[in-house]
Amino acid sequence: MSEKNELKFSDSLMQFINEWKEKPGNLIMVLHKVQGELGYVSREAAEKVSELLDVPLAKIWGVVTFYHFFKLTKPGKYNIAVCLGTACYLKGGDKVIETVEQTLGIDCGQVTKDGKFSLESVRCVGCCGLAPVMTVAGEVFGKLTKDMVPTILSRFE
Amino acid sequence: MAFRNYILVCGGTACESSRSKEIYENLKAEAKKQGVEDVVQVVQTGCFGFCEQGPIVKILPEDSFYVKVQPSDAAELIAEHIIKGREVKRLLYDKDKASKHAQVEDIKFYQKQFRIVLRNCGFIDPENINEYIARDGYAALERALFDMTPDDIIAELKTAGLRGRGGAGFPTWMKWNFSKNVESEIKYVVCNADEGDPGAYMDRSTLEGDPHSILEAMTICGKCIGAHKGFIYIRAEYPLAIHRLEVAMKQSRELGLLGHDILGSGFDFDIEIRLGAGAFVCGEETALLQSVMGRRGMPVPRPPFPAVKGLWDQPTVINNVETWANIPVIIHKGGEWFSKIGDADSHGTKVFALTGKICNSGLVEVPMGTTLREIVFDIGGGIAHGKKFKAVQTGGPSGGVITTENLDTPIDFGSLIKIGSMMGSGGMIVMDEDDCMVDVAKFYLNFTVDESCGKCMPCRIGGKTMLGILEKITAGNGTMHDLDQLTEIGETMKKSALCALGQTSPNPVLSTMRFFRDEYLAHIVDKKCPAGKCKKLVTYSIDPAKCKGCTACARRCPVEAISGTIKQPHKIDTSKCIKCGECLKTCKFGAVSVH
Repeated sequence: MSEKNELKFSDSLMQFINEWKEKPGNLIMVLHKVQGELGYVSREAAEKVSELLDVPLAKIWGVVTFYHFFKLTKPGKYNIAVCLGTACYLKGGDKVIETVEQTLGIDCGQVTKDGKFSLESVRCVGCCGLAPVMTVAGEVFGKLTKDMVPTILSRFE
Repeated sequence: MAFRNYILVCGGTACESSRSKEIYENLKAEAKKQGVEDVVQVVQTGCFGFCEQGPIVKILPEDSFYVKVQPSDAAELIAEHIIKGREVKRLLYDKDKASKHAQVEDIKFYQKQFRIVLRNCGFIDPENINEYIARDGYAALERALFDMTPDDIIAELKTAGLRGRGGAGFPTWMKWNFSKNVESEIKYVVCNADEGDPGAYMDRSTLEGDPHSILEAMTICGKCIGAHKGFIYIRAEYPLAIHRLEVAMKQSRELGLLGHDILGSGFDFDIEIRLGAGAFVCGEETALLQSVMGRRGMPVPRPPFPAVKGLWDQPTVINNVETWANIPVIIHKGGEWFSKIGDADSHGTKVFALTGKICNSGLVEVPMGTTLREIVFDIGGGIAHGKKFKAVQTGGPSGGVITTENLDTPIDFGSLIKIGSMMGSGGMIVMDEDDCMVDVAKFYLNFTVDESCGKCMPCRIGGKTMLGILEKITAGNGTMHDLDQLTEIGETMKKSALCALGQTSPNPVLSTMRFFRDEYLAHIVDKKCPAGKCKKLVTYSIDPAKCKGCTACARRCPVEAISGTIKQPHKIDTSKCIKCGECLKTCKFGAVSVH
């Protein structure tokens, strides 16, 4: 950790960190902001947070790996999250995942080669009335059938 | 200024995903274009609950209930309904009804419901504090600040008999009383909005539709126990709810209802939002508090209970969103009023997220003591696609199944535990004959194994072992001894795991084994999955007598496992078949069957 960290955080992120620096229990809030800016929490970013907040890197890594929401690798430009909550599972959420995997040629948890799409399965996005559901870049698509998947993805070209 | 008509557009997450925002914008633009912007107000509200029929638009004072509205319908709604005073029949929920009035009361989905928690959802604009105030909002806070002592508040909650709605059902007044009685300069109030149960979204809708009710309730608690700081711990996956809370906090601070010297009473209280990061175990209160403090969300043994020693070792009252939403009503209308709703065991109402294989899925709030039959068949409209009812799962990954025999059980804390399930946070998932109960048990256990924090041995190893056995059974390799093992491990976990997650995670397995033992036996003895869900146990075949040789299935098959010449019966090569079920869906002649 003696090497110089080249990563630079934006001014707004730095401002947020300074605001929160003295507040107890700030780590998760700061990590949310970091992921919001970078799309994921890289090793460099974690090291930087460790310096800025004066928290051991091991503790930060412990938190980042504990929570599903924090990503360790860079997601695609459009992240696809297929819901596998109970209602979606019963109504064929697993088939939706399979279709997305076939359409994009990647497995769940991977990113397409061009970096455009990444695919993950998530727990309940809270739209059970529309099951099965997926979100693409935060936009919710409900009552899905296999045939709808390619059309939806083509909108994000 | 009063308007002649009010148009309420649902702005819940589900309806927003069906372009309700565009409907709202279009209605406003059309009102302006057609020159009626002075007589009609368009409001974006919280969730109406009837998600199945979304997006929903309601027009007052006629109470017309329009469903599945499209953005392109805006011009017609303004021209016909607002200007000419004629309802747009094709969009009404009940199209055949000629009556212009009392539409909502006619809808079966709403008839047996009684709304306390969701009282404002779908009625007010959640981003406008004045609409909350107009519906008695903050009246309870005023009463608590000026007319009540902390003991009065506790007494009111005790009379009401409110029990925690997060799952365990602990009496709320007792929690508050513990914290109140501890001598401490610093105390905290926490709202658990980490709604993690897959298949439950009532907290999300409450926060999106009525955020002020939570702020008001937490402030009342602050006054009661002597706390000046509150935290709302909310899932980062709920951006709209977070936004609405932030707007609500800003507005209430501006009006002096939150922050320094509230309403001139000399009492200070403020609230901060803390984001969750996707860990189901953080729904457990001690784990949640760890997470608020920025640590890994791992539970710690109780006692000491958070009410005595919680955040940063200070007394902390922690309640779930739905519990909080009840508080202002209880303080405003009195505990006596509240205690008359429900049955002898449990008072008040419970919100359920009714989902799965049901006709009318959505959010349902019913008085305690309502039977499952009423919820599933009267409110929910029965099973979709004419299939047969099999079971309802309540309590999510911690609960169990309720079968046909128990459909008339009143829903309250005590009765559900008696039949091996639990109230839980309110997910209610309906299953039909196509669902395999072994597979469902495996689904839930998979979830809890994945979400186990790994701190205690019974949960970490017990769950994993049970899951391994279920995988063996669904692959057709199970033995009768496996059933005994499942029971033994499950019972041990119930007794020895550190927190509620581990103690309750065997429940879906134990409960399905109790009520659907025949399905387990079919998997183990006959090596068959009666519902045809467990892929490794099914085979697809084509009935040569019914097959017309249309080749549709052969063209659809992704692995070329189907062979045959045109107009001749086809055959499935079971060694190639990946059991995807496409041929079954494709065949128009019912020639493909699954065993």
